[in-house]
Amino acid sequence: MKKIFWLLFIIFSFSTCEKNEIDCCVNLDTLNVTLKFTHNWDGVPVTASDFNDFKFRTANGESISIEKLRYVLSKIKLVNGNEEFTFSNYNLINIGEEKGLSLNLPEKIFPGSYQLKFTFGFSDSDNKDGVYQDLNSVSFNVPGMLGGGYHYMQFDGKYKDTNNQDAGFNYHAIRAVDRSDPNNLVFEDTSFDVDLGTVSFISSSKIIIKVNIAEWFKNPNKWDLNELNTVLMPNFEAQKLMSANGKNVFSLGDITQ
Amino acid sequence: MYTPIPYNLEIPTLFADKLIAPVIPTNNPLTQEGVALGKRLFFDNILSGDESQSCATCHNPKNAFTDDTKFSDGIDGNFGTRNSMPLFNLAWNFDERFAWDGKEFGLEKQALEPVKNPIEMHSSWVNVAEKLQKHAEYPTLFSQAFGSSKIDSILITKAIAQFERTIISGNSKFDQFIRGETTLTLEEQNGFDVFMDEARGDCFHCHGSNNNPLWTDNAFHNNGLDTNFSDLGLGAVTGDPADNGKFKSPSIRNLAFTAPFMHDGRFVTLEEVINHYSEGLQPSSTIDPLMKKVNQGGVNLSPKDKADLKAFLLTLSDFDFIDNSDFQE
Repeated sequence: MKKIFWLLFIIFSFSTCEKNEIDCCVNLDTLNVTLKFTHNWDGVPVTASDFNDFKFRTANGESISIEKLRYVLSKIKLVNGNEEFTFSNYNLINIGEEKGLSLNLPEKIFPGSYQLKFTFGFSDSDNKDGVYQDLNSVSFNVPGMLGGGYHYMQFDGKYKDTNNQDAGFNYHAIRAVDRSDPNNLVFEDTSFDVDLGTVSFISSSKIIIKVNIAEWFKNPNKWDLNELNTVLMPNFEAQKLMSANGKNVFSLGDITQ
Repeated sequence: MYTPIPYNLEIPTLFADKLIAPVIPTNNPLTQEGVALGKRLFFDNILSGDESQSCATCHNPKNAFTDDTKFSDGIDGNFGTRNSMPLFNLAWNFDERFAWDGKEFGLEKQALEPVKNPIEMHSSWVNVAEKLQKHAEYPTLFSQAFGSSKIDSILITKAIAQFERTIISGNSKFDQFIRGETTLTLEEQNGFDVFMDEARGDCFHCHGSNNNPLWTDNAFHNNGLDTNFSDLGLGAVTGDPADNGKFKSPSIRNLAFTAPFMHDGRFVTLEEVINHYSEGLQPSSTIDPLMKKVNQGGVNLSPKDKADLKAFLLTLSDFDFIDNSDFQE
């Protein structure tokens, strides 16, 4: 009789929990997650106030000033097994105008461990010509002759050339296109996925994503602005070099809970 | 109490497809009465000190709402120092910074300035409001538009801004081409390619594209006009030396009607404008990095590319807009 009583008690307990698991079995309060993008040059913070000043030096030794830097990240999400929680389908970050620097997850999630992932630029399937009104409105498009779609990044500034004269650079990342044969364009998807690893949440959290701008000129390809400065959009090889360097730009920073 | 009727802003299909919504302030929604009042005020000399000039004097609809002079003279015969800006598609200026130097935030605020400017309409808002208040018809029109017959500068500029937001240009030959209604000549097509080619014109980074039918980024750039600045432009507004010599990119729609060009009207023809970007760039510390080969004067377009670029630019002329009776006095 005693055994039957305990058996019934256990069955009753579990069946009740299934009905109201959140309230009774485990303290699973949902939480908010915010992403904040901070920029640095090899660890030295970079904000809009640092623009228009020759205060940075590339790995190749060129002194540069930054005048415009905006880039798009897409499919920004947390992944937990088969579940995905998307911050935004895409987000345009404009450092000079201090726009897009913070993102809130639109839904609450349960505590646990999640992978933080995004794509730099747009993968080919998302890089649809002219469909994103907000990006059209800020002229982020790529010309049709280069396959259309959108810039991944517009990074404009000046560098001191070999004669110590100011010269402009337009480090614009797009989907690479080989135009050797104008009638047969060859594309290569140079967007890339970034996996910042696993983040564990026990309460509402703010995650810092660190963006080291210097890496665009450094690793694995030391960038010589005297050689590669402007008209890089139609430069198939330059686009692939940019894509390779970009993979070292993003890292996980502090997480405050 | 009269209730004004909401105004149905007819947005061109391309704009609706490609752009985010126009900026209509919640405290100044478009109404039929407000737009009509704004139009009447825009063309009325009563706004100037001696009642000899209206907004349309320097912003003539036949010139895409600019005039054909380098600088405009005010009621006292004094000339300004900037070329009158064309007016169209203003509701799609998303950052709402108006004038060549961006000093005016919002159309309503911009409309406050010319009336009291001593080298323009040289009046005062108190004077203008008094004249309108004593007018046989205006008090009723204000009452219908805003529910108040007490006329002041706020309501006057609200009405003018409403009208200005309806001034839309979106039916040029190139718009029709994008809509599949016409074709471009080989010269026009090559000109468009020059415009979009980073290695040749590279105009699209600042002046829009087939995907941005505004044909401007509404941003501020130093496009290499001068090495030393007699006019600081945006820099005089922000106080930031990095902004010296920067001026708003104007839309390249309707260039057939808007000469002379640049903030100071220094170029009389489109050929001069194209030659500037091709061979005439002047270096300075704030020149935009998008200006290429500055030490060679520019990208050195071939004569054919220059001619074709001009042909393309003229496809953005909107004759329906120029002749639109909604925008005539």
